[in-house]
Amino acid sequence: MAVLEPHKFTLPLTEKDVRSLKKGDLVFLSGIIYTGRDAVHKYLYEGHEPPISLENAVIYHCGPVVLKEDNIWRVTAAGPTTSIREEPYQATLIEKFKLKAVIGKGGMGEKTAKACRDFGCVYLHAIGGAAQVYAEHIISVKNVYLREEFGDPEAIWELEVKDFPVVVVIPAS
Amino acid sequence: MHSNVVPLLELIRKTSTDLPEDVRKALLKALEEEQKNTVSEYALKIMQRNIDLAKGKSQPLCQDTGSILFYIKTPIGFDQKAFEEEIKEAVSLATDKGYLRQNSVDSLTGKNSGNNLGPGTPTIYFEQHSHDYLDIRLILKGGGCENVGAQYSLPDTTLGAGRDMKGIQKVILDCVTKAQGRGCSPGILGVIIGGDRSTSYSASKKLFLRTIDDVNPEENLKELEESLLKEANETNIGPMGFGGKTTLLGVKLGVLNRLPASFFVTVSYMCWSYRRQGIILNNKSEIEKWLY
Repeated sequence: MAVLEPHKFTLPLTEKDVRSLKKGDLVFLSGIIYTGRDAVHKYLYEGHEPPISLENAVIYHCGPVVLKEDNIWRVTAAGPTTSIREEPYQATLIEKFKLKAVIGKGGMGEKTAKACRDFGCVYLHAIGGAAQVYAEHIISVKNVYLREEFGDPEAIWELEVKDFPVVVVIPAS
Repeated sequence: MHSNVVPLLELIRKTSTDLPEDVRKALLKALEEEQKNTVSEYALKIMQRNIDLAKGKSQPLCQDTGSILFYIKTPIGFDQKAFEEEIKEAVSLATDKGYLRQNSVDSLTGKNSGNNLGPGTPTIYFEQHSHDYLDIRLILKGGGCENVGAQYSLPDTTLGAGRDMKGIQKVILDCVTKAQGRGCSPGILGVIIGGDRSTSYSASKKLFLRTIDDVNPEENLKELEESLLKEANETNIGPMGFGGKTTLLGVKLGVLNRLPASFFVTVSYMCWSYRRQGIILNNKSEIEKWLY
């Protein structure tokens, strides 16, 4: 294999961006992403409206450690969580919100893979356990939603990231 | 009366942020052996960077600071109840400081207790020893790897595994194959042959108190550990399931007697972020020694 050259993107992703990616590509993302894991996926799947627009968004399967210092949130650890638990819900969310990318670890199932092909979404694998590396690539916390309801690890954190390193595992095309 | 909260907090901090020497060595070896310019090598490099960052910043290696498992040996006649309260205080403080994530969720209501305290959390095992000091060991085990653990009942007709060495080997490798990269490979297995449903799972996790490079004193177990490690690393699951040479860093086996009717093989999986630390605490509440 040749030297790994990252494909760099500034968010939001277009469908053309997404469809240009191949399995095994290294991707660096910059811009806004949203965390969402078990509670959020079930909540949105059941038809609740999201507290912010998730149109064309990138969802990150992650339950971060976040500290509030001088009234400012700071992410201190933020690696991926296992994605397969969201398999029952993911395809519906990809279709409903036209999600452009889902980031997590461990891969997903056929239903999600089909939704990626049908609606132009890509599943990106982050390196599990690398919570400090990913925290380094998170520049700021823009906002947090559903924190009261679900607690810190399960809330939706709106994060600004820079050169967030992930690997294409389920391509759109 | 000395307070043990400060040294306990330090034990939690170090466990969550700094991998023990034997784990770091094993991960470095995996990196050196991996094929260059592959996604797998890239993943192992990210792990190295992560280890350095976590130690330097004194922040959690993994955001999933996991199940909190304390293994404690106390002098005879020691007040375990008071010590348990000190552990809870240290755990709650460590959560406030961000060394631990809020990881204790009410299973019926979904409410997070916010301080890692609740029914069953943290887990504390006490035993007595004939010394005047405390031997306190801590393992933090994330949920991703916890979810890929498995218990097999032999004979297992689906897998064609009988009550013999071959059958034991077969089910253990089945667990590795089913886990793929989801347990955050390269991982470490703790396996108990025998016991009952619960004793075997507890004992399989306790095997994670061993170091990766130690040698099983039981010759037949040592051989089985080596052969399982070799076979697992031939599966090409590799780091995070990206393919590659290292799927497991180690296999640790233990044996418990069983009922004639039961034959369990119980596998606990530990991720590469193998957080284990321990201290010797003297009766002045001072850390005399770090154990790993």
